[in-house]
Amino acid sequence: MVGLQNTLLISVAALAIGLIIGTLMATIKLIPSSEKLPVKVLKKIVDAYVALFRGTPIVVQLLIMYFVALPLIGLARVPPLIVAMIAFGLNSGAYVSEMVRGGILSVDKGQMEAGRTLGLTYVQTMKLIILPQAIKNIVPMIGNEFIALIKETSVVSFIAVIDLTKAFKQIGDATYEYIIPYLMLALCYLILVLGITYLLRLVERRMRRSDRD
Amino acid sequence: MIETKGISKSFAGKLVLDDISVKVEKGEKVVIVGPSGSGKSTFLRCLNLLEVPDKGEVWFEGQQTNRPGVNINEVRRKMGMVFQSFNLFPHLTVMKNLTLALTTLGLKPEEEAQEIAHGLLKKIGLSEKAYQYPSKLSGGQKQRVAIIRALALNPDVMLFDEPTSSLDPEMVEEVLKVMKELAEEGMTMVVVTHEMGFAKSVGTRILFMDEGKIKENAPPEQFFNDPQNDRLKEFLSKVLVKIV
Ligand SMILES: Nc1ncnc2c1ncn2[C@@H]1O[C@H](COP(=O)(O)OP(=O)(O)OP(=O)(O)O)[C@@H](O)[C@H]1O
Ligand SMILES: [Mg+2]
Repeated sequence: MVGLQNTLLISVAALAIGLIIGTLMATIKLIPSSEKLPVKVLKKIVDAYVALFRGTPIVVQLLIMYFVALPLIGLARVPPLIVAMIAFGLNSGAYVSEMVRGGILSVDKGQMEAGRTLGLTYVQTMKLIILPQAIKNIVPMIGNEFIALIKETSVVSFIAVIDLTKAFKQIGDATYEYIIPYLMLALCYLILVLGITYLLRLVERRMRRSDRD
Repeated sequence: MIETKGISKSFAGKLVLDDISVKVEKGEKVVIVGPSGSGKSTFLRCLNLLEVPDKGEVWFEGQQTNRPGVNINEVRRKMGMVFQSFNLFPHLTVMKNLTLALTTLGLKPEEEAQEIAHGLLKKIGLSEKAYQYPSKLSGGQKQRVAIIRALALNPDVMLFDEPTSSLDPEMVEEVLKVMKELAEEGMTMVVVTHEMGFAKSVGTRILFMDEGKIKENAPPEQFFNDPQNDRLKEFLSKVLVKIV
């Protein structure tokens, strides 16, 4: 039970962190063609961030976060559960930023132009016209990211967090019988993922009903 | 009312507008024609600074608009624009499409904005579509709504970029009719179009654009009956054959 709770806890917290970081970074990337130096630097930083977190395995990021990065800044005593949340959150941010950006870019560019020719500002057009349309593209992707997180967090036992996977492994270790626990483990993940998929479908259907395009 | 002074614009090193100076007086209906890729849209979009010229000046109602410090949103509010692809907001009802700018910009309270919208819808005979979503409208209806969406802000000039080019032939007329009525009411208009009939009957002046330059600038009779520029003669022989 602790295992299930931790798996969900890490996934939810990581998604929340990922949403905040990802939205922020997508916003920076979408600042209209500015030649101003600070903006350019910010955009480069975002690019580097995305490349770094997408270009290395999450297990490696987790290990570095726990054994290298946090001790280096004097935070060696942070509970591993929190470390897992942060590591997966930072990782998720890289993916979410691409999703948010893609969702916004998929809105026809005539929409922004139409808003601007009506005298609306960039921010007003973004908020009232672009985002409400983009959100329909983004939500399903965020749902998939959550599903990915549930499964990917199965590596957190590398830093001694007891999640679903670790819990079942412990059962196996105790009984020297692995077949049943591991099949049960797979079933658990499957039920989780199917359950979330089902909820996602409901949300999507509701959104499509309001999408009279 | 609108004036460009020597504006130029390049895209990726390719000169699209080449030193264009044009003046549009209040009440004029200026029609722009020319081959595809000649820079008509780019020129039109420079007038309300959807594209910013690399060189030259754009003036509107006595002030230079492509200058730092100008509130471009206030300028654009007075310049309605209609696009080839309508660009209605698909997630909002027709009514919301019409009132969004008025209310968001704080120009009119909600009820008054709705009254304006109802009045305009009535004028184009689409009152019963007020609470429909754009996807329920035909192309011609969409474009008529797009026109009155711009009119709701009570602009001083209307810019049209090939407003009938993406319509099925049987819907072209209903849109041109709305534009003709607008012209008769005295609206200042700049219209990019391939509709030569419209150019002839509504235009007070016709510009022929080719390779980023204005190659002819004349009243309709002269433009069609006594064209000076060789490229225009060639262009007219092609499009007029197409009409027949
Ligand atoms: N945003 C842009 N980026 C790059 N090139 C562009 C852009 N907008 C226009 N161009 C190019 O500039 C040239 C002129 O385009 P423009 O749209 O002004 O022509 P047009 O006369 O309106 O043509 P059409 O009749 O096809 O609408 C074309 O070669 C086009 O490819
Ligand atoms: Mg064009």
